[in-house]
Amino acid sequence: MMDAINHTHEGPDPHKPRPDHDDTMTHHKMLEIAVRELLIEKGVLTADEIREAIERMDARGPHLGAKVVAKAWVDPAFKARLLKDGSAGAEEAGVQMDQPTRLIVVENTPEVHNLVVCTLCSCYPRMVLGIPPDWYKSRAYRSRAVSEPRAVLEEFGTKLPDSVAVRVHDSTADMRYLVLPMRPTGTEGLSEDQLAQLVTRDSMIGVTTL
Amino acid sequence: MNPRFAVGSLVSVKRGNPPGHIRTPWYIRGKAGVIERICGEFRNPEELAYGRNGEPKQVLYRVRFAQKDVWPGYAGPAGDTIDVELYEHWLEA
Repeated sequence: MMDAINHTHEGPDPHKPRPDHDDTMTHHKMLEIAVRELLIEKGVLTADEIREAIERMDARGPHLGAKVVAKAWVDPAFKARLLKDGSAGAEEAGVQMDQPTRLIVVENTPEVHNLVVCTLCSCYPRMVLGIPPDWYKSRAYRSRAVSEPRAVLEEFGTKLPDSVAVRVHDSTADMRYLVLPMRPTGTEGLSEDQLAQLVTRDSMIGVTTL
Repeated sequence: MNPRFAVGSLVSVKRGNPPGHIRTPWYIRGKAGVIERICGEFRNPEELAYGRNGEPKQVLYRVRFAQKDVWPGYAGPAGDTIDVELYEHWLEA
């Protein structure tokens, strides 16, 4: 208790107090609170249902996409179904597809590299990757990924020879995209679960390879 | 669903600049590409944005463009492409 009262930020790592991020009441924050409270008061939703929905959304992450990718690596028949219908394939791999948008899976090969962007806003395959990274929503990424994708890829450490075609996908409407990266060499002995551990978020957006 | 364009057809994106909520990126207007796939029918976001029901539904396509055709100074090789989702009313033969 005394520690909390005497806390001065003059310890071994002195820094100024950082401002709280939730101390400004904006129009949209107020609107959200008002609508939420009305929904609860009128009995449309309970507070616990709202909490549970947020928990479910926050629990989604790249581990889901990684599971889909690893299954496609070990099961060619599944991969064929996944490339034909990404939503049905992801569902088959155990991912809950609770969004109205549809998933398209695009496959990297020795001849083609895929890169995903949403130039209009920040459309992202949340059902398989969770919440997008901040850079994905930045104006710089959104504008440059379409006009100079190879320069953007290089900044992410991905240098592709001219023999590999770069295929950019702009999610402008109701489709969402997941890149199926190429399986790394030397992984023949690994199990599906071990393979899933190798699959990174960025490789499924297409800014890197594995 | 009765799509006006088939997979593989050459299409152009209209050049219009109507007011309101538009999902057709500016950079692709007036460009020509090839239908990559037909995605299905969806309620029109240009109507949904204003609280209307979005009917009649619009056929949504993925159209593939050569990057060299989209960006005059494009630096990469000729095989590089960009795929954009476009609603039927934005496309013409």
